[in-house]
Amino acid sequence: MTASRRRPRMIRILAALIVLAPLALFGCTLQEFPQSTLHPRADYAGEIQELLESLLFWVAIIFVLVETALIVAVVRFRNRPGLPEPKHVHGHTGLEIAWTIAPAIVLAFIAVPTVVTIFKTQAKAPADALQVRVIGHQWWWEFQYPEQSITTATEMHIPVGRPIAVSLETADVIHAFWFPAMGGKRDVVPSRVNHMWFKADSVGTYMGQCAELCGTSHANMKKLLVVQTPEEFERWVASQQALPVEPESTSMAARGKQVFMDTGCLACHYIEGVAPGVIGPNLNHVGSRRSLAGGLFENTPENMAKWIENPPARKPGAIMPALGLPADQIAALVAYLQSLQ
Amino acid sequence: MTTTTAPVTGVGAAAHADSGLWSWITTVDHKRIGVLYGVTAFIFFLIGGLEAVLIRIQLVRPENTFVSPDVYNQLFTMHGTTMIFLAIMPLSASFFNYLIPLMIGARDVAFPRLNAFSYWVYLLGAIFLNLSFFLGGAPDVGWFGYSNLTSKQFAPGVGVDYWAVGLQILGIASLAAGFNFIVTIINLRAPGMKLMRMPVFVWMTLVTSFLIIFAFPVITVALVFLLFDRMTGTNFFIPAAGADPVLWQHLFWLFGHPEVYILILPAMGIVSDILPTFSKKPLFGYPVVVYSGIFIGFMGWGVWSHHMFSVGLGPVADSFFALTTMLIAIPTGVKIFNWIATMWGGRIDLKSPMLFAVGFIALFIMGGLSGVMHSSPPADLQQTDTYFVVAHIHYVLFGGSIMGIFAGIYYWFPKMTGRMLNERLGQLHFWLTMISMNVTFFPMHFVGLLGMPRRVYTYAPNMGFDQMNFWSTVGVFGIVLSVLVFIWNVLHSRSRGAVAGRDPWGGPTLEWAIPSPPPPHNFATVPTVHSRDPLWEKDGEQIVRTANERRGPIHMPPNSYWPFLGALGMTMLLSGMVYGWWVGIPGLILMLVAFYAWAFEPVH
Repeated sequence: MTASRRRPRMIRILAALIVLAPLALFGCTLQEFPQSTLHPRADYAGEIQELLESLLFWVAIIFVLVETALIVAVVRFRNRPGLPEPKHVHGHTGLEIAWTIAPAIVLAFIAVPTVVTIFKTQAKAPADALQVRVIGHQWWWEFQYPEQSITTATEMHIPVGRPIAVSLETADVIHAFWFPAMGGKRDVVPSRVNHMWFKADSVGTYMGQCAELCGTSHANMKKLLVVQTPEEFERWVASQQALPVEPESTSMAARGKQVFMDTGCLACHYIEGVAPGVIGPNLNHVGSRRSLAGGLFENTPENMAKWIENPPARKPGAIMPALGLPADQIAALVAYLQSLQ
Repeated sequence: MTTTTAPVTGVGAAAHADSGLWSWITTVDHKRIGVLYGVTAFIFFLIGGLEAVLIRIQLVRPENTFVSPDVYNQLFTMHGTTMIFLAIMPLSASFFNYLIPLMIGARDVAFPRLNAFSYWVYLLGAIFLNLSFFLGGAPDVGWFGYSNLTSKQFAPGVGVDYWAVGLQILGIASLAAGFNFIVTIINLRAPGMKLMRMPVFVWMTLVTSFLIIFAFPVITVALVFLLFDRMTGTNFFIPAAGADPVLWQHLFWLFGHPEVYILILPAMGIVSDILPTFSKKPLFGYPVVVYSGIFIGFMGWGVWSHHMFSVGLGPVADSFFALTTMLIAIPTGVKIFNWIATMWGGRIDLKSPMLFAVGFIALFIMGGLSGVMHSSPPADLQQTDTYFVVAHIHYVLFGGSIMGIFAGIYYWFPKMTGRMLNERLGQLHFWLTMISMNVTFFPMHFVGLLGMPRRVYTYAPNMGFDQMNFWSTVGVFGIVLSVLVFIWNVLHSRSRGAVAGRDPWGGPTLEWAIPSPPPPHNFATVPTVHSRDPLWEKDGEQIVRTANERRGPIHMPPNSYWPFLGALGMTMLLSGMVYGWWVGIPGLILMLVAFYAWAFEPVH
């Protein structure tokens, strides 16, 4: 008897858990979960969030109703002594029609806003949008600003409040461009150019990473989005447009530049007026970036030295080879690259 | 019950009773082949499970270094491929084999030797695929193998070759089985068993078989393109030569989505037959349940691009595939309502088969509803390729398919062995599975919505993913424990379980009319059926009597080793694409000899 008295309470606790769990989810912050899809910071992500909430509403109702019906059926009609032989009912046309139409109506409530949101979020970008060309590489992201003639890597800067039109391409295999706080993901597909646009509504730094399996270091293909005030963004543009700093002739950095030109770095990397390479990230202003190696490490001289010493050891599969440079050459290289602010 | 122990004539009669390795290699008895399928598939279920455990150990904490990224990519690729092609599909095939002839009142399947051939091709293909772990590295491009990551340029190793050739080999096994069961179900039903009197499991087998014969040619074409690209330098999927790698995605998912229903419909059939038995009440809305299954199978062909919402196919295509996908929720919901209505007003006996069947419904509701959430493309664009989808597929395939398969094993084990599985261990297995399944997969919904992508071998400590991943790993060990309980139950009960008798559960369908385990010829005399639940009707006694009473000579097909040799030759021929002509040419010769001998083998 105690068992049957305990059961309803268990059901209540379960139901409470089911309802509370999603609420707890919406209660958590972007600081705790920096890549959360539930903390929109752009119009696009906001549209999705609104749709998701209405989806969750219906799904939660159906879940609770149907699971309750299931549990009630099992508990209420459980075999007990003295229960009569069940009547052999074979069906009920009215019920069948009812429970075919009911989900159809609920689905209409989901389908209509879905289609509206699809067309709204895939509309053409406004004409005044800032153009950013995104190119996926195994395993890092390149960002080009054609109107500003800027090329950078791993770190995308945008001004708050202005529409951003992103064109998406890949240099090798399929990757997926994804900043959850801005909106849904979009694949970068060979021999195609994809488009999306969004307008960030708060200043801040947001995380993203590749979302389509792209080989060994898929997990290490991260990126940062720095949303700035228009003034800060203009300053960033100006700093990126400036020519790379020329090191003083006797400095450590000058020695580093020589190492850069002598050891083959220039075959893959680009530094305006110094190196013509296009395979690896553009290093014009690498010293100003917050992170290294596809967002894997904070950009400190120590991390940069470790990275140059043996890239595949720190990012498995990395195309950049370990060049076997002596420590003093690496130190000089780091001094040079860090000076490229 | 009158059991006539009538001697059975025919070339194969003696061999059927044999034991020993040779009798298993040459058997054409659908029941023995069913057991072979079941045991083999369960071993691969354990291998796929082991891969899952290794994956979870790697992810137990951030920046773990338990396995390397390349090994990790191999593990999740092989986990998916193994569970889908080597575990769930053949576990379903095991039920098809063992049960379809028994349920429709037949002596065997329509083509017994082709049936044996299917099994041997499956076994050899499965072994071939897994050899890659030891011979140069397993495939590491995901079970969906998106182009152009699979091209020679980006996947120079042999892993992708093993994967593509392995799937071709397995596809032949599936196709042969698909045709066999269609012909069997259409032609070999007992007199009076009209289509709308077939058990729902037979119906779902028929729908699944049609899905198989239409879906596998699609992936066969895609894999042929891929193998040509890799081995002969064609450019079907090579962007540099102007190809569009999205073609692969269309072909793959045009196969891949029906494949999802190939995995779930048999479990739905199993559950539809278990619920009535343990509710002591016929299935509610039988025709609606059947039509829903057919409708799901049919609609499965019109939804493939919902796997591709992030590709950028445009708002019109996205809307179309969103609406067709939502439409599938209706027949699925209708099935669930009918199942609940079957239990409503019944006298429910919560024995282990019924527990697993109810667990199936409870978990499948969850998986179905998370599916509705990403049927909406904008929402999907946040959820796709995250752990949210990992949670969804495991509620559907573990909570759905695997729970349904366990329900079926508990239900029919007595029929197959003559012994009952231990009920207390069954209950323990169920609750352990139910709890640890949810501990493992429920947190994945949240870690996915909070931004953790799939198929990443590691994550940074500052992302907030630590705790939920920890619990998922804890849960997986609970699942391991539950499977160990099950294995122990099977090993123990098969010789020492309570004797089952002909019909331990009071089931309504024909398989319960004959002894457990059934004799090689199944039915001494094939009874005439007048209703959907023959053993529950007034003439039930009469049917049981007839089924066990020999009235004429029984002819059984002879054993044959040619299916095995044909399968061996064909596997060698195809694996020659990886190993070279010195394996392929002998394989070709062996295959031709075996097929020729098979064709002219006397069967009388």
